[in-house]
Amino acid sequence: MTTTTDIVGRGAREGRRLFEGWFDELTRTAQEGRPAAYVFVMGSLCEILRTFDLPAVFPEIHSLQTAVRRVADEFLSQAEDEGFSPDVCGYVKADYALQLRGGEHPMGRIPPPSIALLTNACNTYLKWAEIWERMYGTPVFTLDVPGSRRPVNIAGMGPSPGDSGPGARAADPGGFARDLRYVEGQLREIIDACEEVSGVAFDIDRLREVLRLTNDMAASWRRLLQLNRHRPAAFDAMLEGTIYLGVANVLRGTEEGAAYFRDLVEEMELRTREGLGPLGAKAEEKHRLAFVGVPCYPMFRRFYELFSEWGGVFVGSTYTWFASGGLDEDFEYDLDRPIESLAEGILLTVRRAMDSLMFQDRALIQAVDDFGLDGVVYHPVKSCRTVSTGLAASRRAVLDARDVLCLYIESDMMDKRVVSEAQLKNRIDAFFEGLESRRLRREA
Amino acid sequence: MSIRDGTAGAAGLDPGREAREAAIRELLPGSGAPLGETLAAVRELVEDTTFPTVHAWRQEGGKVLGHFQVYFPEELAHAAGMLPVKMRGGTVERREADSHFGSYICSVLRTTLELALTGRLVPDLFVTHPICDAARNLAGIWARNLDVPVEILYFPQNPNSAFSADYLASEYLRVLEDIEDVAGRRVSTDDLRGSIRVFNENRRLLRALYRIKREEPWKLPVDEAYVLMAVGGIIPREQHNALLSELLPRIQERDARRQDRMRVVFEGGFCEQPPLDLLGAIAEFCYVVDDDLMIGLRWILSDVPPHAADPLAALAGAYLEQSSYSPVQHDLRKPKEKMLLERIRGSGAEAAIVAAAKMCEPGLDEQVAYSKALEEEGIPFFLTEFEEQMRNFSHLQIQLETFVENHLLFGETAATGGQR
Ligand code: SF4
Ligand code: SF4
Repeated sequence: MTTTTDIVGRGAREGRRLFEGWFDELTRTAQEGRPAAYVFVMGSLCEILRTFDLPAVFPEIHSLQTAVRRVADEFLSQAEDEGFSPDVCGYVKADYALQLRGGEHPMGRIPPPSIALLTNACNTYLKWAEIWERMYGTPVFTLDVPGSRRPVNIAGMGPSPGDSGPGARAADPGGFARDLRYVEGQLREIIDACEEVSGVAFDIDRLREVLRLTNDMAASWRRLLQLNRHRPAAFDAMLEGTIYLGVANVLRGTEEGAAYFRDLVEEMELRTREGLGPLGAKAEEKHRLAFVGVPCYPMFRRFYELFSEWGGVFVGSTYTWFASGGLDEDFEYDLDRPIESLAEGILLTVRRAMDSLMFQDRALIQAVDDFGLDGVVYHPVKSCRTVSTGLAASRRAVLDARDVLCLYIESDMMDKRVVSEAQLKNRIDAFFEGLESRRLRREA
Repeated sequence: MSIRDGTAGAAGLDPGREAREAAIRELLPGSGAPLGETLAAVRELVEDTTFPTVHAWRQEGGKVLGHFQVYFPEELAHAAGMLPVKMRGGTVERREADSHFGSYICSVLRTTLELALTGRLVPDLFVTHPICDAARNLAGIWARNLDVPVEILYFPQNPNSAFSADYLASEYLRVLEDIEDVAGRRVSTDDLRGSIRVFNENRRLLRALYRIKREEPWKLPVDEAYVLMAVGGIIPREQHNALLSELLPRIQERDARRQDRMRVVFEGGFCEQPPLDLLGAIAEFCYVVDDDLMIGLRWILSDVPPHAADPLAALAGAYLEQSSYSPVQHDLRKPKEKMLLERIRGSGAEAAIVAAAKMCEPGLDEQVAYSKALEEEGIPFFLTEFEEQMRNFSHLQIQLETFVENHLLFGETAATGGQR
């Protein structure tokens, strides 16, 4: 019989096992010289890749793992010696060095790209793919997803889908249809390209099956994020959320991935019922926070502790919105028309990911109400402008709209030269002191 | 198409236009003035961060469409009787804008917002494009802080798809409908055709300007050529055409002597603009025979079909098929380093200045590819970073001078300048 002790912590354990298994599989692919596709977290097109049995390499993930494993600085300096500026995306530089090292990575060996599929969700994806084009002559396909056109339209993101989701369709059906035509056309072009690279004929029933599995995973993902409305929250969306995010990306559209998330929901429902929050039985959840940005990977665990030691729990994280490629969008593939529905899903979810980068203030304001937030922590990073550029303005908007405290701390997700633990700690401590005194005032 | 044929076009229904053009004419140097004086006056206009021409236009009741770098089909605004203005920051002190951005952001985004927040350059409609990770956030930031309609124009990032031309034409139509709303008038197919003719003429004149740079660079230093081009971004295009038509022949007649200077291409001015004094410093040692400064104004390389049945499709086709290159457009047919080599060869340059704006991800990324390609080809290059706000160029000047000398005397190929 499965007991509470078996279940609690299972997601983290299993997540690590699956994640390592994925790296092992990549290593085997590299050793056997089989083709692999390079994709990105915002619009990975994994559904297509699975259909062609093309293993997916996520360069963002292997890059960030160099920071988690504390070797990023070696990779970064190797790339900088080759002419890259200290100010550009650290992920690009780590991957560039990895390619120069023949794919050798602390977690295994990464095969070179046989094809690269990208979206425009981050412009640096395009610059990055150009590097593989030059290095290997990799065929590159960009699936261009037109984003939201007017910031004023983007309301109600987050828990309930608003204008960026089906609402947008209702508000501008003609525009949506035009964008969809463009996305679907490109999708069909990509399918042709994958047939060519993999030598496998496209099988629509296979696609249907993969879509079903993604539907399954996405439903669990949404449920998971919603469970954290509960007090105390079930999991820390910045620390644990990042592990789950890794699995969601690398095992999207697989049986294993779908099963993992079903189990994870079971675990979180149990944790919710039993009040077993992320701080464990002993510590009390004192401050409910949202995290905005990319975590500080060069000191990931310590970064988390700087908050948890004060009883701060990240009940939400915009990272789980955009870095899941918009998996939180309330959308289900229609298995009766797989290609058309996949195109629609890509348009909606990638757009949602982009919206949650550029226009997340309204979603955050909504989350303050829905998740009972006490504070919002903004963590812009030096080397990712996609995530960071608008955060100062977003902070102002949230402060104007709701009576919460906001913390704005800058560092990096790769480059420890701009990460100062002492400085971060000072700022974070001051933030919590503010939260505590506000709490005392309220209680008085 | 919603464009209504038969309705009166920009010229027919726009009684105020003449007054507006007259107001701007007042600010432009009179025809027949000495060339040096005229060039100085144009330079002053380009450097004036109060944008007197734009204010004059608005004062006479005109509407302004401001578009952020790099390219915008200005014909759309022109056909609706609006003044298309290139929003590309400026050398202003940043007092208000900085608090709206993080630390690692280029200057042009900040100063463009600064100009608007301080009322110096506020358009009636602002159009941005997600050209880079930083600029894609501009619309959100503007919308939160300014009471100006903001529009995002999504250029296709997959120009190699068979579906991109139709998509772009539909995107142009969508934007045109919003322009019509702001302009308060409908645009006819003939209006668009008329605008295409005006801009074809403008592009032809700019090509002629660049021909002088290429063939007789001693007659037109890069900073002078720059202001003559850039002023087009802040005055009506007909007036820019008139100005260029008058000045180009006079420049060709200039009695300037050819000197022993290095012929270079300047690359890296596609978005944030280097300060004019930096260009001036380069001009002291080099002939800049081609560049990508303000490439948006010259993005389309040849005439857009002026009689096309569907002018929007013609403009979209030109964007994709008859266009230049930049680090912010990915087109499989135009690997940037190959394009740069072509630019160098096409202009008979012997070296390149490969610049990037500070904190500009696409520009900095491209520098790596450019340097490798130039190294492989044995073409000398000078690598540097700049910011529009830079004031002091003495260091750079010394480095550049050394680069030129080393190349001329010892045949060295690479050098790094600026404050990397
Ligand atoms: S700029 Fe940011 S979003 Fe883009 S690839 Fe780099 S880390 Fe990812
Ligand atoms: S200068 Fe570079 S980073 Fe700045 S807006 Fe332009 S392209 Fe983007």
